[in-house]
Amino acid sequence: MKKLDGLRHESRCNRLATTLCACPNVTPDATEQRSKTAFRPAEGFCVAKEAAGTRVEGADGEAGLRRGGTAMAGGNDFQWCFSQVKGAIDEDVAEADIISTVEFNYSGELLATGDKGGRVVIFQREQESKNRPHSRGEYNVYSTFQSHEPEFDYLKSLEIEEKINKIRWLPQQNAAHFLLSTNDKTIKLWKISERDKRAEGYNLKDEDGRLRDPFRITSLRVPVLMPMDLMVEASPRRIFANAHTYHINSISVNSDHETYLSADDLRINLWHLEITDRSFNIVDIKPANMEELTEVITAAECHPHQCNVFVYSSSKGTIRLCDMRAAALCDRHTKFFEEPEDPSSRSFFSEIISSISDVKFSHSGRYMMTRDYLSVKVWDLNMENRPVETYQVHEYLRSKLCSLYENDCIFDKFECCWNGSDGAIMTGSYNNFFRMFDRNSRRDITLEASRESSKPRAMLKPRKVCAGGKRKKDEISVDSLDFNKKILHTAWHPKENVIAVAATNNLYIFQDKIN
Amino acid sequence: MTMEVSAEAKRVMVQALSKLYSSRTQRGGLRLHRSLLLTLVLRSARDIYHSARAVAEDQGPLGAPAAEPQQRPAEEAMETSGAPEEIPVPTLEEPATRRESKDDKENESPAGAERQCRKRRGKTAAEPDFLPSKRARLDPGSERLPGRSGPGSCRGFRATLAPLAVSQAIAAF
Repeated sequence: MKKLDGLRHESRCNRLATTLCACPNVTPDATEQRSKTAFRPAEGFCVAKEAAGTRVEGADGEAGLRRGGTAMAGGNDFQWCFSQVKGAIDEDVAEADIISTVEFNYSGELLATGDKGGRVVIFQREQESKNRPHSRGEYNVYSTFQSHEPEFDYLKSLEIEEKINKIRWLPQQNAAHFLLSTNDKTIKLWKISERDKRAEGYNLKDEDGRLRDPFRITSLRVPVLMPMDLMVEASPRRIFANAHTYHINSISVNSDHETYLSADDLRINLWHLEITDRSFNIVDIKPANMEELTEVITAAECHPHQCNVFVYSSSKGTIRLCDMRAAALCDRHTKFFEEPEDPSSRSFFSEIISSISDVKFSHSGRYMMTRDYLSVKVWDLNMENRPVETYQVHEYLRSKLCSLYENDCIFDKFECCWNGSDGAIMTGSYNNFFRMFDRNSRRDITLEASRESSKPRAMLKPRKVCAGGKRKKDEISVDSLDFNKKILHTAWHPKENVIAVAATNNLYIFQDKIN
Repeated sequence: MTMEVSAEAKRVMVQALSKLYSSRTQRGGLRLHRSLLLTLVLRSARDIYHSARAVAEDQGPLGAPAAEPQQRPAEEAMETSGAPEEIPVPTLEEPATRRESKDDKENESPAGAERQCRKRRGKTAAEPDFLPSKRARLDPGSERLPGRSGPGSCRGFRATLAPLAVSQAIAAF
């Protein structure tokens, strides 16, 4: 295990012997454990912090965390409970099993994951039945297929990784499901369909497939469809290749349901879902002289309602909104979103940590959210000069940037997501922590995806990181964080409070506990 | 204070270079975004380092002797990390070296220097990165050390070009 220079990894047993908070909204559950030491009710009460959700100046973010302001997330004060975990348990993780993308479909019935080995696994939610009221819609494996294989670019002598960078679902139009999956160079449209009937009674061949002797056929019959065991098939319907010189980082389906865009480091292409041999280049920021390169495209997304609008983020921390009606080549943006840099927080690594790793429109289409290394920002599309909300994800890491640069963690690309109502946002952190921010109440919560809290319907206990000074009993010090356990990919069900969190090779599903 | 800043700048630079070079052997090829970020860090660290050194020199001769031995390991590290064999950067530097030596025909020691440069790139001949080199080298942006020629000047070019070659490396990609 990689160890940070000068930082230690706290032993796991310390984390188990902690007190659960006594949140007033929670009824005691038989699965709760109490440690031998008395629990402290003050710890569990929800305290709204001034620091949470507002622009943090200087070290206020850290102090706010230490003040014990763990709070309920979500506008309705619901409790997150463990539901399921998928993936192998052993410590030795094969690199091919590391999950690289997670995405719910439009209805939330299906949940797709892609991994570094190029595989896609789709989970389907079980229908809630009266027989088993407690298993509120569990996700079970629906289909597994190999989407991409490693390839070799002979001209450049480069291996093309099979890692799935992104999966995006298409809106469902018939019985089959369609999704786009992409690696660094090639996008594929997959059709996932069910087959539960089989034709029997052919004239020309027997039941076992052998051809019948024509002379023995004395009568004709019409084949009938007989039920069979459900089979889910995935077949590649389109392959969109050879359009990207650089590594694809984003794909986004347009609201017209006919086109989609794909973005690499320097270019964005617009495709039609039916046409694979042509794509339109709509953004090209490659300079004539590559030595003058100053920024790259890091993410792109289509507007959820306006099919002519899309945004793309850059490594400089800026976002450009483009209108495809303005010109064929959208190199000139319609809107330019940039927050002036705070000169007091300048360091060696300012450029790296200001690089945006993800951009997501809200479901309403009025806002967009960007994730950089230390924070999440919500922007109003009508205001370009600064975000309307800034949330500190792990401000305590600002003083550790040098170590994070040494061990490469500073280059980690975290994603972010909205909940269905746009009232809450979620993003990942280290030590298998993930963070949720309630935009209305300005509360935030830190939760952990761990095997220890993986009992059925066990309530998740809010976590706290101690940035410095005296560490309280429940807190974890920054030096004890495991930077190999990073949560880069999370997804929120489009309609319900169900979340999927990818922790290395495991997929955790959490649901809220109502009643 | 300035010492710490310049020491940290050196460290950041050295790490940026080693990360850049090691990323070329990574699966999936060179990552443009990562290379760009590293180049930016490298440049800003280099600027900070030089400005910190300039401040130190301004502070008088007392500051200078302390600064000297500290700056050498960094430059040597920069150079020796420019030596690794499997990276195309030396091949990029070679045309540049040839270009420079064409302009400077008087000081050119063509066959010998280049042959020796190439030889040093071999696997067996490569010195470990962390050992300071006993050879003379050119400090980018400051005075030439007198009386050094041949392999010294060749390596000096390499030191000067290491940061530039990085952007050339990106250009090549």
